[in-house]
Amino acid sequence: MGKVLVVTSGKGGVGKTTTTAALGAALAQTGETVVVVDFDVGLRNLDLVMGAERRVVFDLINVIQGVAKLSQALIRDKRLETLWLLPASQTRDKDALTEEGVGRVITELREKFDWVICDSPAGIERGAILAMRYADAAIIVTNPEVSSVRDSDRIIGMLDSKTKLAENGGRIDKHLLITRYDSARAHRGEMLSIDDVLEILSTPLLGIIPESEDVLRASNVGAPVTLGNRLSGPGRAYMEAARRLQGESVSMTIPMQKRGLFDKLFGRRAA
Amino acid sequence: MSIASQQRTMRFLGRSYMAFVFTPEGPIIEWLAQLDSWLARSPGFFAGRPVVLDLANVKLHRPGISHLVGCLLERDIRVIGLEGADPAQLGPDLPPLLSGRPVNSTEIVALTRPEQPPAPAPAPKQAASLLIDRPVRSGQSIIHPDGDVSVLGSVGSGAEIVAGGSIHIYGTLRGRAMAGHMGNSQARIFCQKIEAELLAINGYYRTAEELDASYRSRPMQAWLNDNVMMITALN
Repeated sequence: MGKVLVVTSGKGGVGKTTTTAALGAALAQTGETVVVVDFDVGLRNLDLVMGAERRVVFDLINVIQGVAKLSQALIRDKRLETLWLLPASQTRDKDALTEEGVGRVITELREKFDWVICDSPAGIERGAILAMRYADAAIIVTNPEVSSVRDSDRIIGMLDSKTKLAENGGRIDKHLLITRYDSARAHRGEMLSIDDVLEILSTPLLGIIPESEDVLRASNVGAPVTLGNRLSGPGRAYMEAARRLQGESVSMTIPMQKRGLFDKLFGRRAA
Repeated sequence: MSIASQQRTMRFLGRSYMAFVFTPEGPIIEWLAQLDSWLARSPGFFAGRPVVLDLANVKLHRPGISHLVGCLLERDIRVIGLEGADPAQLGPDLPPLLSGRPVNSTEIVALTRPEQPPAPAPAPKQAASLLIDRPVRSGQSIIHPDGDVSVLGSVGSGAEIVAGGSIHIYGTLRGRAMAGHMGNSQARIFCQKIEAELLAINGYYRTAEELDASYRSRPMQAWLNDNVMMITALN
């Protein structure tokens, strides 16, 4: 039986899809089978970030409605044979998701794969709730700024009340992933520090992903940063986060900005 | 434009009212006949007065309750709430179930037969306190009108605690805390670290903007002194 993870945040644009793709690719590289599931029905993106947008035939809604079989909708990654994608529908909306249908699909995926990673849509409505509904563990993606942190707090509350696991009296495992962290800006007090975020959210930290152009570049070329640019700052941070998810203890490093002499002299920053 | 100086204040208060409590006993027809004979002597006594119907001594189903309420209405008696009824038997067409505690009920009119000893007064319910052993997250709302609320953890920005008594927070208060919500001006708010959005006691409130910046991030307590909210550091 595989493990179902939901990647969620409340707020949009913090890096849920990037994280889903990067962690999925990182876990798949260890030889375990992984499926990444796009729950953002109507605004799908994961297929683009995974570089599979030209191979989508059937989608999650088709499977839920019984139009296609799961095996017809799953797309295998061309670079990693242990990595699969279940895309979302772009032409439908979140009302097409039913609780019972999602439950059936997740049960089937759980039997086939070691990891089922659900990419939640932003918000706290139907799509986001169904994405977390059957999860065993959650990755809460947060940017170090107040609105993102408050939305994450809200989502953590919902993870403790709206998931099947919580309703049955269990407690969902929660991991905090801080993305777009800019050590220079945090140092100048323009961003919340890691300690501030951890203090507010009181949730164990899974990793800190530095702000980097590599992430944007990876999305644009359709290769998860852990596949295309493994040695970049974010690539390494995601690889370490994946090892922590597998239960390994890897010491946490706060990513520091690498700056050349020229940048130091003129105080220039990347991004 | 001086919006900042014209602060609108809005208060939500709990207020107590005196109401007559009817405690019908079976058989209802006899009880109604008794009521009728009493009303014949004092016609219109209950007109326009609030009446609460305590159904603890009779087991009535929904049609029975609505029939009884209808019978009373025919006699110009309006039932504003029910007590001692099974919630499953109630509906939107019936008066709401009240959950008040008798503070001191005075027997104004003896409606019971004189040969019957008066029913023993129900033991006053202990004001139970509520303990929450995890953080209260943004968007969550803890409402406990019966007593104190203690939180072992922080109260997130956008979360709220509403308590009939005092509020104790062993963590950072970033959201809203409303103590003494049912009209208890003795209630207080304690927290280990204050970054609150709003503090209120018995309807008197202060927003984050009105809190002295020097208290921020410190342990503090808030209480009411002549309806003015006082805030002091605890150390």
